[in-house]
Amino acid sequence: MAIELKMPALSPTMEEGKLARWLVKEGDEVKSGDILAEIETDKATMEFEAVDEGTIGRIVVAEGTEGVKVGTVIAVIGEGDVAAPAAAPAAAAPAPAAVAAAPVAPKAPAKPEIPAGTNMKHSTVRDALRDAMAEEMRRDPRVFVMGEEVAEYQGAYKVTQGLLQEFGPKRVIDTPITEYGFAGIGTGAAMGGLRPIVEFMTFNFAMQAIDHIINSAAKTNYMSGGQMRCPVVFRGPNGAASRVGAQHSQNYGPWYANVPGLIVIAPYDASDAKGLLKAAIRSEDPVVFLENELVYGRTFELPELDDHVLPIGKARIMREGKDVTIVSYSIGVGMALEAAETLAAEGIDAEVIDLRTLRPLDKETVLASLAKTNRIVVAEEGWPTCSIASEIAAIAMEDGFDDLDAPVVRVCNEDVPLPYANNLEKAALIEPSRIVAAAKKVCYR
Amino acid sequence: MARTGKTQNPTPTADTTGNSGLDHLQQAYEANRLYAATDDELLHFYEQMVLIRRFEERAGQLYGLGLIGGFCHLYIGQEAVAVGIQSALKEGHDSVITGYRDHGHMLAYGIDPKVIMAELTGREAGISRGKGGSMHMFSTSHKFYGGHGIVGAQVSLGAGLAFSHQYNEDGGLCVAYFGDGAANQGQVYESFNMAALWKLPIIFVVENNQYAMGTAVRRSSAETHFHKRGTAFTIPGMDVNGNDVLEVRSAANIAVEYVRAGNGPVLMELNTYRYRGHSMSDPAKYRSREEVQDMRDHHDPIEAAKIELMKRGVAEDKLKEIDKKIRQIVSESADFAENSPEPALSELYTDVLVETY
Repeated sequence: MAIELKMPALSPTMEEGKLARWLVKEGDEVKSGDILAEIETDKATMEFEAVDEGTIGRIVVAEGTEGVKVGTVIAVIGEGDVAAPAAAPAAAAPAPAAVAAAPVAPKAPAKPEIPAGTNMKHSTVRDALRDAMAEEMRRDPRVFVMGEEVAEYQGAYKVTQGLLQEFGPKRVIDTPITEYGFAGIGTGAAMGGLRPIVEFMTFNFAMQAIDHIINSAAKTNYMSGGQMRCPVVFRGPNGAASRVGAQHSQNYGPWYANVPGLIVIAPYDASDAKGLLKAAIRSEDPVVFLENELVYGRTFELPELDDHVLPIGKARIMREGKDVTIVSYSIGVGMALEAAETLAAEGIDAEVIDLRTLRPLDKETVLASLAKTNRIVVAEEGWPTCSIASEIAAIAMEDGFDDLDAPVVRVCNEDVPLPYANNLEKAALIEPSRIVAAAKKVCYR
Repeated sequence: MARTGKTQNPTPTADTTGNSGLDHLQQAYEANRLYAATDDELLHFYEQMVLIRRFEERAGQLYGLGLIGGFCHLYIGQEAVAVGIQSALKEGHDSVITGYRDHGHMLAYGIDPKVIMAELTGREAGISRGKGGSMHMFSTSHKFYGGHGIVGAQVSLGAGLAFSHQYNEDGGLCVAYFGDGAANQGQVYESFNMAALWKLPIIFVVENNQYAMGTAVRRSSAETHFHKRGTAFTIPGMDVNGNDVLEVRSAANIAVEYVRAGNGPVLMELNTYRYRGHSMSDPAKYRSREEVQDMRDHHDPIEAAKIELMKRGVAEDKLKEIDKKIRQIVSESADFAENSPEPALSELYTDVLVETY
């Protein structure tokens, strides 16, 4: 009887991959443990092993094929026919809701930071981040990157891919698994005059190091009366990924945004990821740069500029509207934009603001939008209590009370540790339909 | 001069690092315990130690008068450590970092006592413009990087400073001072590992003053011989009498030479004693008056230096002259600190960030 070999999911967030190489051919005998193929995911190149014995009957997906969806039959062991492979990768099964946002972001209103007429190319957020680091490392010999698996492994999420090859082991440094220690070393190196980029494999692990981020990096300039500079960037993925459980799924934006002395940036698209990371590396202040694993692989427009640097502390109007303001950041922006499309179909014209920087927070942009729409919904992939959403609500009340025609509504994750089960996780996280419902509520519709 | 061992533990001279190959620096130190200081050098060490002692005594008084607030940790009794080690460094080239008991290190580095005292009283003329206080003082021009209040944090930060010396290939090294209490923090060992792995130019200095706040070493530490604690990371250890400035200097020279040659880190344990409480609010219920008095009478670093100077034939008048000069300096720094204005209220909002966004 034929056994179908399917494209494996090799990471929690993998949806598709490239079938890089077949190590067997039709007619080969294989047994459990034999390596059949090499599969390249967005994170790494992995070996695909046989778990069954038999003869390779047919290879269905040729090597070199990109965008092979997880679950696609790629080969058959034994005799018998299988269904023809999917004609094109794009035709495969729909992705989960959170990731279903358009792979290419909708056209945004012109941003003052990008000159009119700039050519745009397409880039993933992952590549944009890598390019930002590479450009800054070429520009300034003091810039180096350190963290777990940043060098030889090419980045746990492939964000530092290729940096070791270009800059060598002196500037692309694999650390032991020792977050508290290497965060301290990175902070100390910044005090010593270097420009470290400290990568945390995820910000969940930065909890081990949070003392250096807050007590050592954020406060020393103040405590020293302005003598001690600490131009370090702490970066890495933040927030929920996909079914990795409570300890690997938390949004630390509100935590760090609470701390004077820190700059906190949480970009959404590729242009902001690149432009703001370059600004973060150049900043004289310590920066916490919060990325999102689920967004790494998304493709957006990226301006083709020699030196694309964006201002820190400025929000961006992603979509103009007049009926309700949806404020968000990071992955929530994609959901807010999707919600805005749904609302538009129902006659509600939503304005979507991407905060981009959580500290210092661009109050003016939020308040100006409130003055126009008179209604605010905040969409945040994170817990509701003491959140960025809470802060926006406070700002709206303190500084925009007279403009409010309805109470501010927070759309956040459920107030529970993130569960593992597929249905429970989905129920705990924000999604566009909840933003839609909240927007209707504040519009009394 | 008298050899001072740990008060709570037998003197560990016989069982130094134990691990083969990691006690060569200790052997070099044992073979040459006393630095051959000239009379002038020893007089200078004496003067610096007296400055620290008198300065700290005055700080204690000002604290009692309410002129100094918050936490104030005095260095009295430990003077030979900072003075002996700092004297082996290249000033303005090598980096130094320590914890919150930092006044002594700054004075040993030649930083103006006036701006230190004015920081203690929280005045605008203070070295941190009144925003740091006793625990948070820095002088980047001296490459003195603080002044850190979280126990053990300076060890990782110091490894980072050493990293920057290595990265810049400037030939400098870092000395990271920490206490026997900090020596039990996890990040200390994370830093040992990376420092040894990357051969960072750093000297880890454990100032073992026998008590972590009120907890005696034997009550907090399974391995009380702190110089051995680098063995798991292949870091050579040195067990040094921290109450004798010439022994400290001799050991420091050996460590500095080894680290500067690119061999990676050294772990020095400086056995010393703090006469005063952990901080000004320490009730000192955890040790006897007799124990403190015994250390003062028999193992005092300033007394030891004085005896050595007299033995060498330096006139007692000369020492009295130094004492008088120091009293004058300390008095002036206290006056300066008392009479300087507090920071302007607008300073509340400055130095939070360097740039404007």
